Amino acid sequence: MAWDRNQMAARAAQELQDGWYVNLGIGIPTLVSNYIPDGIEVTLQSENGMLGMGPFPVEGSEDADLINAGKQTITELPQTAFFDSAQSFAMIRGGKIAMAILGAMEVAENGDLANWMIPGKLVKGMGGAMDLVAGVGRVVVVMDHTSKHGESKVLKSCTLPLTGRAVVDRIITNLGVLDVVEGGLRIVECATGVTEAELRAATEATIVP
Amino acid sequence: MKKIYKDASTALDGVLFDGMLIAAGGFGLCGIPELLIDGLVAAGTKNLTIASNNAGVDDFGLGKLLATRQIKKMISSYVGENAEFMRQYLSGELELEFNPQGTLAERMRAGGAGIPGFYTKTGVGTVIADGKDVKTFDGQDYILERGIVADLAIVKAWKADPSGNLVFRKTARNFNPPAATCGKICIVEVEEIVPLGALDPDTIHLPGIYVHRIIQGTHEKRIEQRTTRKAS
Repeated sequence: MAWDRNQMAARAAQELQDGWYVNLGIGIPTLVSNYIPDGIEVTLQSENGMLGMGPFPVEGSEDADLINAGKQTITELPQTAFFDSAQSFAMIRGGKIAMAILGAMEVAENGDLANWMIPGKLVKGMGGAMDLVAGVGRVVVVMDHTSKHGESKVLKSCTLPLTGRAVVDRIITNLGVLDVVEGGLRIVECATGVTEAELRAATEATIVP
Repeated sequence: MKKIYKDASTALDGVLFDGMLIAAGGFGLCGIPELLIDGLVAAGTKNLTIASNNAGVDDFGLGKLLATRQIKKMISSYVGENAEFMRQYLSGELELEFNPQGTLAERMRAGGAGIPGFYTKTGVGTVIADGKDVKTFDGQDYILERGIVADLAIVKAWKADPSGNLVFRKTARNFNPPAATCGKICIVEVEEIVPLGALDPDTIHLPGIYVHRIIQGTHEKRIEQRTTRKAS
């Protein structure tokens, strides 16, 4: 037993606080917007130049001039604001975005994050990921705890080229939640049906009390 | 002062040369200068270096200039949507310089604002920092990035007036304003040229001082990822 994609997204949504401006990455992080808790108002930023991102449009009302950072058609909300890419990354780099929830390939116990390239494989680019992890107030990573081959992706140090150095604050995986603290990672909680022993066994990184 | 030209080829006449650096607006296929890209294909200018967040798709956007082998080098943050791009890159025919997206936008903004370099924390401790000056401010490391000044900027806006004042529409603004400002010459294509006085001066997104030539035309505005929900 462990969390599935939607349960991981629902858990990540518990990180949101009322009034926050938040950037959600592609993949599981995008699902987080389906689980925003009642009474919590957050404004979603899309780094191609939009605050106040709405849901996908109803078929027939798609607008080629209105897309998110994943190039998907979306809609605007009453509070929406548009701006250019330099302004968009000024608010990211300037620390105005409270939190980014991103996917990852590897995370290390010091908060290093790798999520943009695998040497020897096709490299598409980092997009805005390096700017986000360097600039936003809090970085939460949502990922599978282990690879398809069962190897831990929560490591003592990353083997892949970094997206950012010592940037991750919290890791949410299918097995549980861990915080990056002095000396290693601290277990915050285990996923439904996962024991602490199982979480530890799947983690290469140092776990501290 | 006459900024309005009849089409892309006329507007590009006299400003193109082989080996030039061009800054292009657009994010994915949204807000790209599709008419001016067609004009560059028709002009046949070679060995271009193009600073653009993305590289189009195989048969649209900058992909058209890749198909004709007119591009020598791309400066981009994400290029994953283009098979011909990957083929040329992997075979060594095409140079690629990855820039983090915000660094690319700021390089254009800075270049246009007379700032030759700036320090940013984006990319510290990554391959992006290799060979770059690192400086510590208030206990945090930053790397030096250079402003971009392009020989030509090609930009898409929604509306222009004859003086070159521009209004963009929704997320089609994206890289267009910073790209426009960093061009020694900036050519803009719009969906509509409105009379002087028709744009409220308080709502102009980019003032005409940055704009040298304007064309009006019909845009395909292709959608890259059409996503919808059921009507409730």
